[in-house]
Amino acid sequence: MAKGVKPRVKVPKTAAAGDTITIKTLISHKMESGQRKDDDGNLIPRSIINRFTCDFNGENVIDVTLEPAISTNPYLEFEALVPEAGDFKFTWYDDDGSVYDTTKTIAIE
Amino acid sequence: MELTRRNALLMGAGAFLAAGLPFRASAAAEDAIAAFTGGAEVGTGDITLTAPEIAENGNTVPIEVSSEAAVEIMVLAMGNPTPSVATFKFGKLAASRAASTRIRLAGTQDVVAIAKLEDGSFVQASSTVKVTIGGCGG
Repeated sequence: MAKGVKPRVKVPKTAAAGDTITIKTLISHKMESGQRKDDDGNLIPRSIINRFTCDFNGENVIDVTLEPAISTNPYLEFEALVPEAGDFKFTWYDDDGSVYDTTKTIAIE
Repeated sequence: MELTRRNALLMGAGAFLAAGLPFRASAAAEDAIAAFTGGAEVGTGDITLTAPEIAENGNTVPIEVSSEAAVEIMVLAMGNPTPSVATFKFGKLAASRAASTRIRLAGTQDVVAIAKLEDGSFVQASSTVKVTIGGCGG
């Protein structure tokens, strides 16, 4: 597991049923592209987050395939529909097989 | 150096090789596009790609893609060593078919977004970004 990986997600605490909300996510990850060389001229192996998904109560919101061209600390912003109260589940998949996830609960006003 | 027939041939071959180099990267981009579209015709229309005209730092270039009727949107950086950037697949609960992120650009180049629409057709948009400092650590 890569060191110091910390997912951060911004979701409003409440919304009206059927509302559109904006979700912002960021995960601290170095996203080593596999193009860079170290001081001795050796290629640093690729180590990135290659996939991100967001689900609400088991229903998919977005599924993103990330490539090495995504910046360090991958940031994603998108919009989701909130049909009912429930949980947003965010999952990041690392090249080394690690999976990072976090959940945010949203209530209906 | 005397310009003999042999030298002229060598120079010609050298020029051909040098000219051929930039095409390798774009061939990779074309492969990625073909894999995404399955060889279908890519039109223009309902897709917006928002990217800065000038990016001082190629390590983090903010971009935004949106397309009303898209199922999937693929983003490509035509001048990067690996052109693929990201593919967004929108699920049932995606309120808008839009997303924004930050990308790395190796240098001044075109960024291309291709969307697969609900009816199975493809549309694309592109934007040229001038990069002052490249973002591939070369």
